[in-house]
Amino acid sequence: MTIFGVATQALFGQLLIGLINGSFYALLSLGLSVIFGLLNIINFTHGAQYMMGAFAAYLILKWVGLGYWWALLIAPIVVGLTGIVLERTTLKRLYQLDHLYGLLLTFGFALIIQGLFRHQYGSSGLPYPMPRELSGGQNLGFMFLPNYRAWVIVFSLAVCLMTWYVIERTRLGAYLRAATENPTLVQAFGINVPRMITLTYGFGVGLAGLAGVLAAPIYQVNPLMGADLIIVVFAVVVIGGLGSIMGSIVTGFGLGVVEGFTKVFYPEASNTVIFVIMALVLLVRPTGLFGRAS
Amino acid sequence: MTATTGQYVGTALPAVAGVSISRVVAFFLMTTALVVAPFVVYPVFLMKALCFALFACAFNLLIGYVGLLSFGHAVFLGSAGYGAAHSAKVWGFAPELAIVFGTAVAAALGVVIGALAIRSKGIYFANITLAFAQMVYFFSLQAAFTGGEDGIQSVPRGTLLGVLNLRETLTLYFVVLAIFLVGFLLIYRAIHSPFGQVLKAIRENEPRAISLGYRAEQYKLLAFVLSATFAGLAGATKALVFQLASLTDVHWTMSGEVVLMTLLGGLGTVFGPVVGAFVVVALENYLAQLGAWVTVVQGVIFVVCVLTFRRGIVGELGHILRKSL
Repeated sequence: MTIFGVATQALFGQLLIGLINGSFYALLSLGLSVIFGLLNIINFTHGAQYMMGAFAAYLILKWVGLGYWWALLIAPIVVGLTGIVLERTTLKRLYQLDHLYGLLLTFGFALIIQGLFRHQYGSSGLPYPMPRELSGGQNLGFMFLPNYRAWVIVFSLAVCLMTWYVIERTRLGAYLRAATENPTLVQAFGINVPRMITLTYGFGVGLAGLAGVLAAPIYQVNPLMGADLIIVVFAVVVIGGLGSIMGSIVTGFGLGVVEGFTKVFYPEASNTVIFVIMALVLLVRPTGLFGRAS
Repeated sequence: MTATTGQYVGTALPAVAGVSISRVVAFFLMTTALVVAPFVVYPVFLMKALCFALFACAFNLLIGYVGLLSFGHAVFLGSAGYGAAHSAKVWGFAPELAIVFGTAVAAALGVVIGALAIRSKGIYFANITLAFAQMVYFFSLQAAFTGGEDGIQSVPRGTLLGVLNLRETLTLYFVVLAIFLVGFLLIYRAIHSPFGQVLKAIRENEPRAISLGYRAEQYKLLAFVLSATFAGLAGATKALVFQLASLTDVHWTMSGEVVLMTLLGGLGTVFGPVVGAFVVVALENYLAQLGAWVTVVQGVIFVVCVLTFRRGIVGELGHILRKSL
């Protein structure tokens, strides 16, 4: 069976890979958006923190002997806590300065973290076993669907939608959105904005760690696994519109799928298609698809 | 930190128009040191540092005087390198033509990327330039003429203007020094011209500059293209010096390095990028055998500079001496 001259098997295979990549784009760009919304900082350390999530899972298994499900719970918390320390000790000193200094500082931290991990674990990947409950797959007739990949897509979609719900539909989220608009006024109402900023950064970083754990069984655990990924995610964030929650989720998954299909129809462009889309979006809507004019 | 220093990127020092005595002295000292240096220090190291110094000066033109942080400047260094290497090796261009062609490639890319990126500011601008740089990187990885992972190797150096034999290291050194000095002075001239004053006005208060009748976007685009062109000049020269154009020069880590050099030397200072480039290149030279530690050291310098040393080496020196350098 073929569609547009391409075997359906290949088409659905790439659709699946696209959705997997899209899950990671969505989780990472969501974290970046949440952080940017409140801190006005583009967190360049995000890719390194994603890598730390994967390493946390690996080390929890190696040192403590706890498997995937525990890692899924513990690793994001650990990575989030390191983020909180980072914010409390360094980032908070920069809020009075130009936002570019935040970008440069987090870039420096990304170099340090990646360098240290590369020194300790080398550049070749370390394997991480797939959880036994999710091995194997389903034969859907037109394609074979590995269980773990289905899990990644469903789980990250659920996390994204939950985050969206908390931010857009709850009281806590209302505080957060208000603080994004006008932190001084919100503080005047008796809400501890600095603590909210710290926790927000920790949460965004935790999301990156979570994405890292999800990625560990699919890709190998590698000190540089987040280094190039984060730049694609930056493009995703620009396309979606910086600071837009739903924008990050939709563009994250959408661009993953577009990238997957490009691999089928025009493989040469698969690495660049997201950047081309970014250029086109910027020409038409400089604030991104879901962004508001600043 | 007082309100006037370091509050915005690029306002590390108040803008002083014209030529000051301290700068003339500093320029004289720098030139003398660079003329004597090849007889004391390994010339290839010096040439590498000079190419990066010009690259950093070009980058500083944008961040220091327009306040725009480009995180994709490696594109111009790398593409000019490919242009010069390809034209010299495959088309048999003379070195001067190869350098001009490479620089033109970078300038053309500067027009395209600049036109798209210049409409945004601050973090958006950094992000967008980074994304474009990554696009060019993937293009270079796949295109046939760049040689992919291998790059373009054994580029002929040839004879400059049919007179100067560039295969001799010392001749090559003084040609590179001349290129650097010309680039340095042209950038200085651009910054301290009426054009440069308008750029500073736009950096300080864009709406007001527009209301005074300046077309801010055209000025910014011109500054971007100038910066790209000089970065290209550095890249084309570097390709002839090392007889190599490779993916390293287009990768985003190179864009990060030029930010590091300029930040360490002093954003918005005339001599800062030169000092920063020499320090960083020297560091990498000595730390090369330590592998991953190079990245760690670079990261630490970034963190220290941003947290406590925002004026950079030259900016701090100028602050102590109460002079603009």
